[in-house]
Amino acid sequence: MYNFEYQKPGALADAVKALGAADAKALAGGMTLIPVLKQRLNQPSVVVDLAKLGLSGITVTGDSVTIGAMTTHATVAASADIKRAIPALAALAGGIGDIQVRARGTIGGSLANNDPAACYPAAALALGATITTNKRAIKADVYFTGMFTTALAADEVITSVSFPIPAKAAYVKFKQPASRYAMVGVFAAKGPAGVRMAVTGSGQGGVFRFTAAEAALASNWSAAALNGISVSADNMMSDIHGSAVYRAHLVGVIAKRAVTAAG
Amino acid sequence: MPQVTLTVNGKTSSVEVEARTLLVELLRDKLGLTGTHVGCDTSQCGACVVHIDGNSVKACTMLALQADGTKVTTIEGIAAADGTLHPMQEMFREHHALQCGFCTPGMVMSAIDLVAKNPQGLSEDEIRHGLEGNLCRCTGYHNIVKAIDASQSLMHAKAAE
Repeated sequence: MYNFEYQKPGALADAVKALGAADAKALAGGMTLIPVLKQRLNQPSVVVDLAKLGLSGITVTGDSVTIGAMTTHATVAASADIKRAIPALAALAGGIGDIQVRARGTIGGSLANNDPAACYPAAALALGATITTNKRAIKADVYFTGMFTTALAADEVITSVSFPIPAKAAYVKFKQPASRYAMVGVFAAKGPAGVRMAVTGSGQGGVFRFTAAEAALASNWSAAALNGISVSADNMMSDIHGSAVYRAHLVGVIAKRAVTAAG
Repeated sequence: MPQVTLTVNGKTSSVEVEARTLLVELLRDKLGLTGTHVGCDTSQCGACVVHIDGNSVKACTMLALQADGTKVTTIEGIAAADGTLHPMQEMFREHHALQCGFCTPGMVMSAIDLVAKNPQGLSEDEIRHGLEGNLCRCTGYHNIVKAIDASQSLMHAKAAE
């Protein structure tokens, strides 16, 4: 790892100021950033640790779940309030990585990184979440702009994420057996914004909405409604774990399982 | 150089570190606690698992400076002062839950966290899934699972004392 300057500010304004430096990087749980630094794939001048900004916490109201950006996956997975309001979200958090990764990894870090195989982007997009930063509130529909890229500016820090509570939702992930990242992960939701289905793990541009499936499910919420509906292999990732054609097929299979799981 | 102050196995230390120093490097190289191992160095194998404020984490994927102000417990810190083994260590010995022993410190630290956080009890399947973050390349999982299962009643009885 190249060396860097480390800062752990106690106020959001100070963190934003520190992130204004050239090649500054924000550090949340570090479950991606630290491995990236160890591989020397990134050489920040300053690493700004967000741990002391008081950005952890969960608030559940009658129609939404709001999660502070630095809330860990373990905390979300164990939250009785979230299990009651959006059980699919708690289950998703409990399926990320392993126990030790869930103890450190955060929702804000996952969404800011936007790994094409991360789980949280699928929940945010399918539930129509709002990502709140130090500057503004961003709808999930315009937040994810491509693989590892988002609408965030370099000195913009996610403070919280708000999810409207759906009537039904489920997340089903087909895991790459060694890494446990999603080869294909599908989040299906029927809620205030209608039927929405988001797919992670497979798209070259990162998470995307499976609009053909959404249209079919809008009139008939059942796995059978997805018979014959598929995604094109053109924009699928292809690697040693699975070809584009394989992943495209898997999207259809996992989409059905997600609808069945949502009930 | 930046300074990190943390309490390791009940003893508070202040150590100068580079910003890039990993927690596992601080433990092994600066504090001489070499029971915490580095296996894969890529957050997969779990040989480096320690407890930070009661949660098991991978010490190879945390900066030493992130641990400032925390309470860290390593494999060296779980036996009683008189040398009596922790129930998990005792059950690992009883059930011969190791072959080469390289993964053992991480396995024991992960297992203690897993059992402590599940007082309702864990099935064999849940124990196996709970060890997702720890790899044993001697394929010794079977006896590890048996040891963890056997430790449950001992640990919960001790916690209730």
